Amino acid sequence: MAKKKDLFSKTAKLAELIAGDRRLLQLLPRFGIALGFGDRSVEEVCLMNNVSTELFLTICEIYSDDAYKPVQHALHHTDMSSLLPYLKASHRYYLGERFPHLEEHLQRIIEACGPKYGPMLRHFYDEYKREVMRHIQYYEEEVVFPYIEALRNGQRPDTYQIKEFRHNHTNIQDVLDDMMNILLKYLPGDILPKERIEISLDIMELSDDLNRHSLIEDHILIPYVESLENALP
Amino acid sequence: MRNRVIICEASEIVANGLAEVIDSMAQFDVVARLDNLDRLSERITATDANLLVIDPTLLGFQYKEFLTPLAKEHPGITFIALATTCLDHSMLAPYNGVIELYDTRSKIISKMNEFVQSETTKKVDDVELSKREIDVLVAVAKGMMNKEIADQMNISIHTVISHRKNITRKTGIKSVSGLTVYALLNNLIDESELI
Repeated sequence: MAKKKDLFSKTAKLAELIAGDRRLLQLLPRFGIALGFGDRSVEEVCLMNNVSTELFLTICEIYSDDAYKPVQHALHHTDMSSLLPYLKASHRYYLGERFPHLEEHLQRIIEACGPKYGPMLRHFYDEYKREVMRHIQYYEEEVVFPYIEALRNGQRPDTYQIKEFRHNHTNIQDVLDDMMNILLKYLPGDILPKERIEISLDIMELSDDLNRHSLIEDHILIPYVESLENALP
Repeated sequence: MRNRVIICEASEIVANGLAEVIDSMAQFDVVARLDNLDRLSERITATDANLLVIDPTLLGFQYKEFLTPLAKEHPGITFIALATTCLDHSMLAPYNGVIELYDTRSKIISKMNEFVQSETTKKVDDVELSKREIDVLVAVAKGMMNKEIADQMNISIHTVISHRKNITRKTGIKSVSGLTVYALLNNLIDESELI
């Protein structure tokens, strides 16, 4: 137990942190941390890459420990300059890499389904994709993030307030879970079983990732923006 | 899936203390703190809570008259008693579990995890959709709203919502678009019936 806690300290080696939980590897590109970090400590690597060490460790803990929830008063002293770039990079990863990958697999399954089930699966996925785009691209990237950037620059746009933040991630995850259930439980068994198992494993991973992403938004982003709002006259 | 908790407790100190412990758990969010039981059923629907922590002293001896209809209206919900004082065993019988005033933080955490686990295992029985649930499923798949379904089937919105919760529990499918695909795959509706 004590050993695990030591792992999430500034002085631990980044390589050891990753050896302890390989899922943390996917966070590096989102923070813009380059590979080739050698045997440097977490703090040294973060400093070199202009990343807030506290924020990096907090997000690592959210990904490693299912029971972890950041403590609000500790967050007040955390440098949040890396938060928006991190969230934006995560969005690019979901929209630019994970979903296209999912779609490629799904396309093969849709083709194998033939005219009876193919079109309705297509329709199901297309509708889902529109929902994801609406939330991530048109809402968070074009409404919420510019609002936060304005707050950070000391302005207060009267067009939006963070308490309106819509928790559409729940829905994005729900439909993703539904897709997995349909693929595993309800499509006739003889249609591309190997492909369906593979895509289901991908969906589980993405669903877990999105779950932690919304934890970050709920427990770090929203309290942070509230404190920015309260700090302005 | 995150758990959504409502705490009904008259003492603000006790309610806030318990809320702090529960809120510190990653998979639990306290969605409401109430110091009385007014319009509790509506609050459950509005917050979509799945765990209800109630101090039994709020209910007095009328507890059966209150809890039985509530459990019927919200079949997915787990009832937990918050025993702040010495209570007769019969008053604790209707609950799925008990948290005691002097439970330690770690005890409360392990109890909360246990409550949601027994909730998921309890769900294994009756997996077949009932006739009524199939009717609601078909209506949902056709794009009807809860209010329209209630009017058409001559039942209350509460009943529609509880049917929908049961459908999700049995099929594992939560979204409207997912339920539509489910209904098509099981030949409950025809593509031509969709708008």
